[in-house]
Amino acid sequence: MNIKNRKFKFLPHTADRKFQAFGKTLEKVFENSALALFNIIYDEKISENKKFKISVKGKDLENLMYNFLEEFLVLIDSKNFLPSKITNLKFDQKNLKIKAEVIGDDAENYNISEHVKAVTYNEMFIKKIKNNWTSQVVLDV
Amino acid sequence: MYKENLKKIAEGVYELPKSEGMLVPGRVFFSKEMIKNIEEDSLKQVANVAHLPGIIGYSLGLTDMHIGYGFPIGGVAAFDLDSGVISPGGVGFDINCGVRLLKTSLTKKDILKKQNEVLEALDRKIPSGVGRGSKFQMTKDELKRILQGGSKYLVEKGYGKKEDYLHTEEEGCIRGADASKISDRAIKRGIGQLGTIGAGNHFLEILFVDEIFDEKTAKSFDLKKDQAVILIHCGSRGFGHQVASDYIKKMESEYGFKDLPDRQLINAPIKSPLGKDYYSAMCCAVNFAFANRQLITHWVREEVKYLFPNSEVGVVYDVCHNIAKFEKHIVDGKVREVCVHRKGATRSFGPGRIEIPEAYRKVGQPVLIPGTMGTASYVLVGAKKSEEICWGSSVHGAGRVMSRSKAIRELKGEETKEKLHKKNIEIKSRSFKAIAEESPEVYKDIEEVVNVVHDLGISKKVARLKPLVVIIG
Repeated sequence: MNIKNRKFKFLPHTADRKFQAFGKTLEKVFENSALALFNIIYDEKISENKKFKISVKGKDLENLMYNFLEEFLVLIDSKNFLPSKITNLKFDQKNLKIKAEVIGDDAENYNISEHVKAVTYNEMFIKKIKNNWTSQVVLDV
Repeated sequence: MYKENLKKIAEGVYELPKSEGMLVPGRVFFSKEMIKNIEEDSLKQVANVAHLPGIIGYSLGLTDMHIGYGFPIGGVAAFDLDSGVISPGGVGFDINCGVRLLKTSLTKKDILKKQNEVLEALDRKIPSGVGRGSKFQMTKDELKRILQGGSKYLVEKGYGKKEDYLHTEEEGCIRGADASKISDRAIKRGIGQLGTIGAGNHFLEILFVDEIFDEKTAKSFDLKKDQAVILIHCGSRGFGHQVASDYIKKMESEYGFKDLPDRQLINAPIKSPLGKDYYSAMCCAVNFAFANRQLITHWVREEVKYLFPNSEVGVVYDVCHNIAKFEKHIVDGKVREVCVHRKGATRSFGPGRIEIPEAYRKVGQPVLIPGTMGTASYVLVGAKKSEEICWGSSVHGAGRVMSRSKAIRELKGEETKEKLHKKNIEIKSRSFKAIAEESPEVYKDIEEVVNVVHDLGISKKVARLKPLVVIIG
């Protein structure tokens, strides 16, 4: 993939998984961070059979990122649902709120053995570098 | 810069002198060979832990130490009850991730005769992987009773034998659990997951006793050569992860994180309302994990009895790897209660401690150290020396050396499976990627790690186990 259009990349970490995600806007960098998380859990195509609405808020950008990514872990564990795509992501920058729809499928239709236990604040940042937003997150796996 | 400051104190013991902000020095237990490859960033984490208020003695790193978040994995620290703190980052997200060893009346030969049949049967019976719920259905009220009653409660309900919980750390039910301190999100994540292995490095293995190093202690643990045994490695699943997450966020709102060297070291004073609430919630997750391993034990026992009529399955011991506990230790010559954090470390109490099950009290507690799927696992026995130098603790595994992303890039799960097959080890996983990530090459050499703790005297070798059947998440 063209480096310029890259959505996310993985960085080395001994025990856990670390990624950076990119986006021209905050919406995009959050969406791409979620896609990086999904990419750790599976690398096969997930059908678009089910939809959930999510709504999260944060106290700062990092806390919002933590809560946003955690929402998917809760969906996986409590609904046995594999998210694959995010649509209609609305980012309320003033109040640090995100609303979105998550599309995916029942996990039992797939053989998935990668799991992410939790989001961590370890080395986390979300900042504008030149004209692009970059996020960095370490996930406990 | 941390590495070059290390000072050798004794064979296997290195000190990290106090630098700015550190309240106590650090100490790591590594061999001469292993210290050459110690991770600079894990030493930084040892130094960071030494910043926390009320820390007593040293910030410790055991032989299997590697980088974690906040505390290193393999990190141990004790805190004063009045001035000290409790930190979810010092326990880990997978609260009471731990290992349970089952003994059977079967031998290596019995398993080899039905190796694939056993593999398939256990894989069908015990859910593993992501998004696979448990067939054990319960109401929220029932879950709350389990959170407060642990595996002891499950046994009383018919899911096991009394000896199962008697041979478990805390007798399968840590005191102090309060289900009113648990969020709905944690309940939601946990309610469908009791009796599941999960994914990542968690596994269910059948092994055989390959070598006995200490006949007398092995006899106390009811282990003999060529006996088939079963290791269960898993924790509190999504429930525990959410408890940790919830309290990290609560502590951030209450105390902020500006003064911390790492945001993941967020903590609360042990005696503060929030510190107490976290402990009560953590105890719920500890009990959830004990109950999780108990339900798996119950199902394994059912399946083994079906495959091998007249066979017996019992519990040798069940140890916690990720926990904070109130324990009595000798500090400056006096017995004092302190709060010990073990993050990727096993308790390793020597003979005589009241906390050890009566059956083992004369010899010391079993210390269970899982290796990797292609190599050996070990049973050790706790020793007094561990109470003198590392708050009664020992290692919890081999310790990773290769990142998961590198493992996926460089190793092929298919090849690992084939290599193991040639060594008479049959493995089952939901994906080859998961096998690659957990290949023996990504871990430190378990033999070396075990020899270091044996030579240090913090726990002593009793038996080596070798795998026959491996199911990973």
